[in-house]
Amino acid sequence: MTDTLHGPAPISACPACIATPSALDRAQAAANDRGARIMLSVPDAHCAVCITTIESDLEKMPGVRSARLNLTLRRVSVEAESDVTPAAIIEKLETLGYPAYELDPGQLSMTETDKQGRDLLMRLGVAGFSMMNIMLLSVAVWSGATDATRDLFHLISALIAVPTVAFSGQPFFRKAWAGVKAHRLDMDFPISLAILLATGMSLYETLNGGAHAYFDAAVMLTFFLLAGRYLDFRTRAVARSAAQELAALEVPRAIRLTGEAEDTVPVAELAVGDLVLVRPGGRIPVDGVVTAGQSELDRSLLTGETLPVFAGAGLVVTAGAVNLTGPLTVRVTAAGKDSSLHRMADLVAVAENARNRYTTLAERAARLYSPSVHILAFGAFVVWMWLTGGDVRHALNIAAATLIITCPCALGLAVPAVVTAASGRLFRQGLLIKDGSALERLATVDTVVFDKTGTLTMGAPEPVDLAQIPDEDLAVGAALGAASSHPLAQSLAQAARARGVIPVLLEDVAEVPGHGVQASWHGARVRLGRASWVGADPLDVTAAYLAVGNRPPRAIAFADRLREGAHEAVAGLQAQGKRVLLISGDVPGAVRDLADRLGIADWRAEALPQDKSDAIAALQAEGRKVLMVGDGLNDTVALTTADVSISPASALDAARVASDIVLLGQSLAPIPVAQRIAARAVRRIRENFAISFGYNIVAVPIALVGLASPLIAALAMSASSITVALNALRLR
Amino acid sequence: MDILAVLIPVSLLLGLGGLLAFWWTLRRGQYDDPEGDSHRILRGDYDDHPKS
Repeated sequence: MTDTLHGPAPISACPACIATPSALDRAQAAANDRGARIMLSVPDAHCAVCITTIESDLEKMPGVRSARLNLTLRRVSVEAESDVTPAAIIEKLETLGYPAYELDPGQLSMTETDKQGRDLLMRLGVAGFSMMNIMLLSVAVWSGATDATRDLFHLISALIAVPTVAFSGQPFFRKAWAGVKAHRLDMDFPISLAILLATGMSLYETLNGGAHAYFDAAVMLTFFLLAGRYLDFRTRAVARSAAQELAALEVPRAIRLTGEAEDTVPVAELAVGDLVLVRPGGRIPVDGVVTAGQSELDRSLLTGETLPVFAGAGLVVTAGAVNLTGPLTVRVTAAGKDSSLHRMADLVAVAENARNRYTTLAERAARLYSPSVHILAFGAFVVWMWLTGGDVRHALNIAAATLIITCPCALGLAVPAVVTAASGRLFRQGLLIKDGSALERLATVDTVVFDKTGTLTMGAPEPVDLAQIPDEDLAVGAALGAASSHPLAQSLAQAARARGVIPVLLEDVAEVPGHGVQASWHGARVRLGRASWVGADPLDVTAAYLAVGNRPPRAIAFADRLREGAHEAVAGLQAQGKRVLLISGDVPGAVRDLADRLGIADWRAEALPQDKSDAIAALQAEGRKVLMVGDGLNDTVALTTADVSISPASALDAARVASDIVLLGQSLAPIPVAQRIAARAVRRIRENFAISFGYNIVAVPIALVGLASPLIAALAMSASSITVALNALRLR
Repeated sequence: MDILAVLIPVSLLLGLGGLLAFWWTLRRGQYDDPEGDSHRILRGDYDDHPKS
């Protein structure tokens, strides 16, 4: 499981190196005549009103044929004409108050998952109904049916049980067989052995008019274990479909300039020396040097810097930065395997190999369980062969009873039940667990490392002290800001709109790439941009400068807004006695500010990706269990190095893939809650082991001395299964 | 005891009927969204006619 989940990391960590344009192909395949099916994840949907609002409002949109909200998976599926884009639907949901994320409509894998789930459910249903019928007949035998009646009832039971076991037991038999071929004994082998031996022995007894038949026990065992298997499958399916299929939005293509022509080529085909055009809003696909054009670059995902940097001819740029304002021509200095993005991907791969594969409690228990049960059953067989002087039938009967009574229900049912209950609770809190073992790893955490930009903060600057700016100036600033795609300008325009300021009408609006926006207003020149260009003295904080006519320029300071719940998360974790650290790639001033505001004593600034993971490795060397919370490309290595990692849904693809848990909502507040739930879940798992161990201590001696009647076997098994399942449900 | 000749087939048929009903609900996707369905049942939108 772990392998398949983390497998794509090196590829996705390097969006620029993928040669196959699979995203494009899939989009085109979806947009055929039948219209498109769009899947969106809507993490905030939770109530009856949400269903009505979302479905009826989406169906009112032109081109939408039908919309259906699945509340269990928090997912909307929309059938629409092919000209309806997911972006339009996301926008519509956004105005309704539900943030949404596009899911990869990898229809094939989705139906494949559905098919597997239905298949398991069908086997479970067959086992359940057979179990009930056989139990009816068994009760008659237990209450005293003898001779011909008993044999008849056994025979009818056999007619139901044998086909049922053959059909419902297949998942276990198949996995056990695969295990045997690979020379390893896992849980499926004792399970299969118990089911087959019990059925086989009972069939033999029935045909020879024997007194004891274990058909009910064999089918019940199948039923309970299938229930556990199904719960396990559900947990994984929900996590996989939502976390892994969040669509990768970057298309790994670049625009190559050859002479006068521009052609779009896969990034993998670029060679050193090529000229690449990067349009505003685009991601720089390669490492290189700017040869022409002026613009600003947003490097926050690469380095954690909040402030865009100026880019002009001669600047060395790295792949992954976002070009903001003007077109840039970049000469490629490193592409493919040598680019810095790819080196990052290599680091992730190395960290992943180094991460010890975590053995879950269930795996450790199974390692202990399988051999001891086999030794016990075999020992019983040998001893009874010797005691009875070679009565194979009697000895086999006792061995079968031992196998049934030591039923691995606690392992097969209790752990999935606890994990399902816990991940269900976490899901309602807005956390998606991608890997069952993440729950156990989260429970042991004692140190939490946060990234700054995009994790503790929203990664988007907002203007401060707008009240000090006259409304007239603000109206000009808003109009200028709306004309630019620069994040500071956009944020200013938005903030002004939120204050109810109506932008003025401007003429001759022009964006000067790398500097700012200018226009004329009532005959006067107005400018919004960098300090030097506007003619102001630069402040030492993030700021944009506004000049209206000949009046002295005005500085508008910006600050990165704290993510919702950041205070609660940090305070909550500290209250739980966890050590909280802040490690960022940003400049010391900004990091110190944030650390002071949140009360984090331990902070480090200007950390490179490798520094972050080194810091975590150092903490681990002290024996600490580290939880890393981060979102950027520069965090991926650290996310993989840490014992367990969380990333927000807004994080870069690579970071989400590298982390174990995805935060679906905006708020960070669920993190301490999640830690508490995880700790409780692990306690429940241990309790369940203790319970089933207790049952075995009582029941196994009874089976070994040959006193286990089918009634006792059925009672012991159902009682232990039901107790552990109920104990798991206490977590809800 | 002759009654057994009737009752046993009857119990088997009832079990089979239950299994078939389960199979039908499974095929119709009735277990795909238990949480949403528990809310939908309280809505009056489609009381007069089924959703087409």
